Amino acid sequence: MASGVKPRVKVPKKAAAGDTITIKTLISHKMESGQRKDDDGNIIPRSIINRFTCDFNGENVVDITLEPAISTNPYFEFQALVPEAGEFKFTWYDDDGSVYEESKMIAIG
Amino acid sequence: MELTRRNAIVLGASALFVAGLPKQGRAATSDEVIAAFTGGAEVGTGDIELTAPEIAENGNTVPIEVSSTAATEILVLAMGNPTPNVATFKFGKLAASRSASTRIRLAGTQDVVAIAKLEDGSFVQASSTVKVTIGGCGG
Repeated sequence: MASGVKPRVKVPKKAAAGDTITIKTLISHKMESGQRKDDDGNIIPRSIINRFTCDFNGENVVDITLEPAISTNPYFEFQALVPEAGEFKFTWYDDDGSVYEESKMIAIG
Repeated sequence: MELTRRNAIVLGASALFVAGLPKQGRAATSDEVIAAFTGGAEVGTGDIELTAPEIAENGNTVPIEVSSTAATEILVLAMGNPTPNVATFKFGKLAASRSASTRIRLAGTQDVVAIAKLEDGSFVQASSTVKVTIGGCGG
């Protein structure tokens, strides 16, 4: 499932050094749970994003393990410390081996 | 189908069968998942908060929030789902607060449980019952 996957991330453009900011992330993905059946009664194989990580300048913020019970288009909201200017890196790992990446710069000021 | 005596018996028996089987399986697996996370350590109550709606109309997207002041990891479980695991949050060095929110699927009315591993190595849990009008597992 590599089609139509689009990560979206909301990070403030500026923050004061040492500030706490709220980050919201969403990725469009159908998160097929492996429990549903198609019209012929065959089980639709599981296809989900199984891991999401957020790092800032190489330092980990959160590392989340996802299971099939996470809703379609996985959404996460969490808080991060911004000690200096730099780059937030977001990574999603798909069951099929695909890796989706997104990054956002943040300035101090 | 006509509701004859024979049909009624067949229906009743199969309903009992369906209702009886999965429950045993579920109880065992959620206990196993908790044991795997805590390593058999005792789970107390305290520094963990789970925010979930009392009633969710659609089990496909139920917003939840977990927060704690000293957790390094938080495990979220849905006790009534076919597989109880929902998510594991690990907080790194730059996590400003030990809280996160997301949206989860619930198969039906059930307890949602959050277990946190605290910095001192102990475990605490919180749970919340969510009433689900339409289940989120599909057919």
